[in-house]
Amino acid sequence: MAGIKSNSTEGIALFDKEQDSYDGTNQQTQSEGFAGNLKYLIVGIFFGIVFVKAEIVSWFRIQEMFRFDSFHMYGVIGSAVVVGLISLQIIKRFNIKTIGGEMVSIPPKQFNKGQIYGGFMFGLGWAITGACPGPLFAQIGSGFLVVIITLLSAIAGTWTYGLLRSKLPH
Amino acid sequence: MEFFELIRKPWPWYVAGPIIGFTVPVLLLLGNKSFGISSSLRHICAAVIPANISFFKYDWRKEAWNLFFVAGIAMGGFIATYLLTNPESLVVAASTQYSLSQLGITDFSGLMPADLFSVENIFTLKGLIFFVLGGFLVGFGTRYAGGCTSGHAIMGLSNLQWPSLIATIFFMVGGFFSTWILLPWLLQLVN
Repeated sequence: MAGIKSNSTEGIALFDKEQDSYDGTNQQTQSEGFAGNLKYLIVGIFFGIVFVKAEIVSWFRIQEMFRFDSFHMYGVIGSAVVVGLISLQIIKRFNIKTIGGEMVSIPPKQFNKGQIYGGFMFGLGWAITGACPGPLFAQIGSGFLVVIITLLSAIAGTWTYGLLRSKLPH
Repeated sequence: MEFFELIRKPWPWYVAGPIIGFTVPVLLLLGNKSFGISSSLRHICAAVIPANISFFKYDWRKEAWNLFFVAGIAMGGFIATYLLTNPESLVVAASTQYSLSQLGITDFSGLMPADLFSVENIFTLKGLIFFVLGGFLVGFGTRYAGGCTSGHAIMGLSNLQWPSLIATIFFMVGGFFSTWILLPWLLQLVN
């Protein structure tokens, strides 16, 4: 942990790169224009449909999960991890390339205390809002326009984290 | 038409979960993108209100795919709700209904409790707690943790990353604490 701490004080850039490999990283070297990015819009549309049709975006389903009253959410997340895990093993084993011909590359997650403190804070918010960041967007699309306030506040939360980051324990 | 009838019904976990898991290889093979949604919030900050904060000084355009992805999620939400409408109302587990009704939740028909998530609550204590405070915790917490359910619980665990397991455990610990201890108190406060 000492090494990580010294990194954080020595250089923000290094800290950024190593400790804050944000999720959802783009590792592709070729750039994609607007048209190229539309692929991800389409994947997102399918994703949003699944979110709503499986009722993952429902505040009640999240409550059932945290109250151990339903297996639904555990089944969704568990089977998603199993499929993701098997897919990644296949990609690695057979060295499958991207459609652009690049090596698949996934930045490793580095441990820092943020996963404990931040994880706990997100958990609190998850049960209150009934949403993680993905479902927030799906809820808005579903016509729950008040969730726009929740989203704006989540953006404000992210911004505040950015502002206070150097003062927080990592 | 039978297929259409079928997809309008709520999808079981063993259909939805594998599709969500399948997003992991799809995004990687389409363009070397790691699955993760909470970063979109950071990119919005970087694009709109960077305010000279070093955390928001990076090339967010390179990560623009994430913004297209979340825009798609909103559109998908619209399509699922208005074009693939579930003919029946949500079925909430009886035990959850009972516990929540003790806490003052009365309407179990929609995806979201109308008692809380309605427009008239925006400028009330309910709105302040359930939209503003809740949203703030989601945005602050996910960034502090370096990811959310998608980035850590699904992508990270699929890639056997132990920091993601720790994050996921604390997501759940926070959620249990919130549900069993915080929520009863908060709902008492607003009702």
